[in-house]
Amino acid sequence: MSTDATLSFEEAMEKYDPVLGFEVHVELNTRTKMFSSAPNVFGDEPNTNVNEVDLGMPGVLPVVNRTAVESSIKIGLALNCKIAESCTFARKQYFYPDTPKNFQTSQYEDPIAYDGYLDIELADGTLFRVEIERAHMEEDAGKLTHMGGAAGRIQGADFSLVDYNRSGVPLVEIVTKPIEGAGSRAPELAKAYVAAVREIVKNLGVSDARMERGNVRCDANVSLRPHGRERFGIRSETKNVNSLRAVEHAVRYEIQRHAAVLDSGEPVIQETRHWHEDTRTTTSGRAKSDADDYRYFPEPDLVPIVASREWVEELRATLPEPPAARRKRLQADWGYSDLEFRDVVNAGVMDEIEETIAAGASASVARKWWMGEIVGRAKNADVDPGQLGVRPATIVELNKLVEAGKINNKMASEVLDGVLAGEGTPAEIVEKRGLAVVSDDGPLLEAIDAALAAQPDVAEKIRGGKLQAIGAIVGGVMKATRGQADAARVRELILEKLGVEG
Amino acid sequence: MAAINRDDVAHLAQLAHIEMSAEELDRMAGELAVIVDSVKSVSEAAGDDVPATSHPIPLTNVFREDVVGHTLTAEQALSGAPDSDDNRFKVPAILDEA
Repeated sequence: MSTDATLSFEEAMEKYDPVLGFEVHVELNTRTKMFSSAPNVFGDEPNTNVNEVDLGMPGVLPVVNRTAVESSIKIGLALNCKIAESCTFARKQYFYPDTPKNFQTSQYEDPIAYDGYLDIELADGTLFRVEIERAHMEEDAGKLTHMGGAAGRIQGADFSLVDYNRSGVPLVEIVTKPIEGAGSRAPELAKAYVAAVREIVKNLGVSDARMERGNVRCDANVSLRPHGRERFGIRSETKNVNSLRAVEHAVRYEIQRHAAVLDSGEPVIQETRHWHEDTRTTTSGRAKSDADDYRYFPEPDLVPIVASREWVEELRATLPEPPAARRKRLQADWGYSDLEFRDVVNAGVMDEIEETIAAGASASVARKWWMGEIVGRAKNADVDPGQLGVRPATIVELNKLVEAGKINNKMASEVLDGVLAGEGTPAEIVEKRGLAVVSDDGPLLEAIDAALAAQPDVAEKIRGGKLQAIGAIVGGVMKATRGQADAARVRELILEKLGVEG
Repeated sequence: MAAINRDDVAHLAQLAHIEMSAEELDRMAGELAVIVDSVKSVSEAAGDDVPATSHPIPLTNVFREDVVGHTLTAEQALSGAPDSDDNRFKVPAILDEA
């Protein structure tokens, strides 16, 4: 496969202005499918969560899942959309083995939700409004596994295997209007937008929102135009970009690729691109124009959905606090500065800190542990901080041990390692590892005498009132006691010994 | 509505994965043109005061509660499949990469 030419991102930005657009598919977490009563469960044995409707047998009658409609209306409301008074389903015709009916039941002219917006907060606090064109209901397709080719790719495969368990799982597809004006922040905005949609559907409780399971999937449209030109360039659509990091990388890559194509004087081809996480590049899929003739028509087996204003208002009343409002409230409650709070959000530990505070820690203690100890460990382990396995109760217990003077901060960090290694509760680990602050003054006084004798010049300085020199003696004592002394007590004893007022 | 010509039929046949001979295309273009004309008479009957409708029966909101119903076993699901492997439907290579 040939490698496409790219410009550096900086050069692409100097020459061109990117326009973005996103289609985000959200799988709903209803108990059953959109049009059949078969279970909507991930990871079961292939072709066991299916019935006649999901397999597209002749003569079957689909019936709409009420909960899926309600979830879709909630998503529409959370995206500040209008909810259609009346809407219909339509058949989208195409042949592909993941769709046994040879059409996908979707919505076409009249989506259930339309004309919304989402205000996206970028990492530095900049707000960027993304306009939502529509959010419509449809069904997911089956899962294909390509056999015989390299790395499960469709290219070079000998045949494919199909599991229809996912066929008919309720989907809401959220489509943005063209997003202009993002400039060099386009990749960052792309990631932040998808993150915001994911956060909203998770917060609504209508989707499990796990991207690694395909609960939230993004198709990213990118086009470039010379600065100052109003007309959009020709776009590519990169399919199934399935992690937040990949969304950012895919948009960046496509900007760089388009820029190189335009620089060479060629037109960009309007096509589908496939994202490859391993090489962080895209490759050409089918040319878009081939299959764009879906011959939509109204689904004759499903009658229109009428969303009365009473029903919509009832659903609106059940909506949880929006994520952005929640962040404002939490920051105020916790008394974090803008910078501190932004760091917490960007590190992805806001929920964890909230739980830790609920478990009894103060806001500053919770932040100290998550930001100071856990985020770094998670980074080393290459997992999300919440996935590391630290429970709020563990932090509360560790902090109690520190506040009671039983262990110091350095030991607490060691105890945390023990907890993560599965050695037991903090108290058990303190016991087992023999970690306890030396509080008996006897051994401390010996260590202090030794440290003073070893550094007589320093001792002389302290006697002379240069109190900042005391660090060297405290350090010597801590070293001699292998860090098990209470540094504050050591300082007191040194001053006492030398007859200096602290 | 524009008349259906031979190229339209050939395009539709391709989209619908139906192989048609030259004679069939010619014949079908003629037959479909008659059908399109017949359907046209419906729009003559409906005045501007009649809104477009997708369903003949005035029913809305036919819903099912979100309760799990019956499923097929994998054996039942695959019983009509031309080919299968590992409890999944087996289909020929999707991309035509000769």
